Amino acid sequence: MSPDQPGPVDGSLGYQLDPQVALRPEPFGALAYHYGNRRLTFLRSPHLVSLVRDLDQHDNVDDALAASGIEPARWDSYRRALGSLAASEVIHAR
Amino acid sequence: MLVEDLKHGLDAPICLTWELTFACNLACIHCLSSSGRRDPRELTTAEAMAVVDELHDLQVFYVNIGGGEPTIRPDFYDLIDYAVGRGVGVKFSTNGTTITPERARRLAGTDYVDVQVSIDGAMAATNDAVRGEGSYVAARRAMDNLAEAGFGPFKISVVMTRHNIPELDRFHELAEGYGAQLRLTRLRPSGRGADTWHQLHPTADQQIELFDWLVERPGVLTGDSFFHLSALGESLPGLNLCGAGRVVCLIDPVGNVYACPFVQHEEFLAGSVRDQGGFTSVWRESELFRSLRQPTSAGACASCGSYDACQGGCMAAKFFVGLPLDGPDPECVKGHGELALAAVGSVSPPRGPDHSTPVILRRRARD
Repeated sequence: MSPDQPGPVDGSLGYQLDPQVALRPEPFGALAYHYGNRRLTFLRSPHLVSLVRDLDQHDNVDDALAASGIEPARWDSYRRALGSLAASEVIHAR
Repeated sequence: MLVEDLKHGLDAPICLTWELTFACNLACIHCLSSSGRRDPRELTTAEAMAVVDELHDLQVFYVNIGGGEPTIRPDFYDLIDYAVGRGVGVKFSTNGTTITPERARRLAGTDYVDVQVSIDGAMAATNDAVRGEGSYVAARRAMDNLAEAGFGPFKISVVMTRHNIPELDRFHELAEGYGAQLRLTRLRPSGRGADTWHQLHPTADQQIELFDWLVERPGVLTGDSFFHLSALGESLPGLNLCGAGRVVCLIDPVGNVYACPFVQHEEFLAGSVRDQGGFTSVWRESELFRSLRQPTSAGACASCGSYDACQGGCMAAKFFVGLPLDGPDPECVKGHGELALAAVGSVSPPRGPDHSTPVILRRRARD
């Protein structure tokens, strides 16, 4: 809806799933529900879901991407996807 | 497209309505479940808690509790505490009668509980004509109590009718005055609404007025219920699809599971939480829900250029006025519904179960 698309996350920073967020697996990826702001967000790729789940295991986003098996050519689009998840408070910087 | 994913259904509902009792101290003339009397077969406390356990396992993040008047159930607050304790957030609808200052303070102290107070007029006369004498004052008292207790942004829920559309700005001011969130939803010809829909539903001009008003106020909640208006132009915020059996369903007070709150009729009954396998099996395996997740045909709407926008409208609205499900919505903004309705003529449309309070028969004096 909004014309202001959130920017990508900085790949050198560490992120993690917000502790108030629950992820529910679905055939298309997952639903993320934030118990604090009551917002429902759709994660529309199984790769994005496993990336988000594993963020806290890595020092920074780029390490998480390297470990995820996602091809480097697509990292930019994943950094943008994480940027919009950060904007809706699904993930936050550590 | 996300909407395409959702049409095939989810592993568990996103938006589940659970009516806890048919008992109600009001007798609103548009009540979707024809509530009034408690049904002796209503779920026991233990059965209701077992349903909560299932919702927890399914990761249903929150449940919309209604009725009847749900707060009339003696175990109401035990059930919502239990749900919240299991990570199932609660949003409950109430007519406000039981929300005393003490109750409001207790609710203000509970996390993950949202309260939705229903009114159907911004003024007593408009409201009470639909919800009964004194119901406006009772609802406003509940709002005062919630505001006083520091509950935070509760919701004010309004079903839009021919008589309250002129009060749209007043509803907005009322909500702003309380720091509350306004929620407007569509009147359906369900339950007792079948008897009153023809008199109460907004006129064609009012639908356009409502659409324009909503487009300017994206912060007003609509429960995604006006997607039939999308054919007027841009889509309103929301998924803009019929979620029945795909992302939405209803559990009624006796445990029956229907495709949505507005289709409480055997034709849309998927099963019961009391069946073997419980709610989970009904959601995942019932024949009805499987069929609702199949691609639908545009039917009589196929030649209309707006079908992609409105998806043919609301199944419940069509069903309870006697229109075919693969044709236009009775309130189709292109006017196709009016023509279809005229063709239905005097055929009497289907009716769901009735829990209205019976007429009290007075014993005749012996002669």
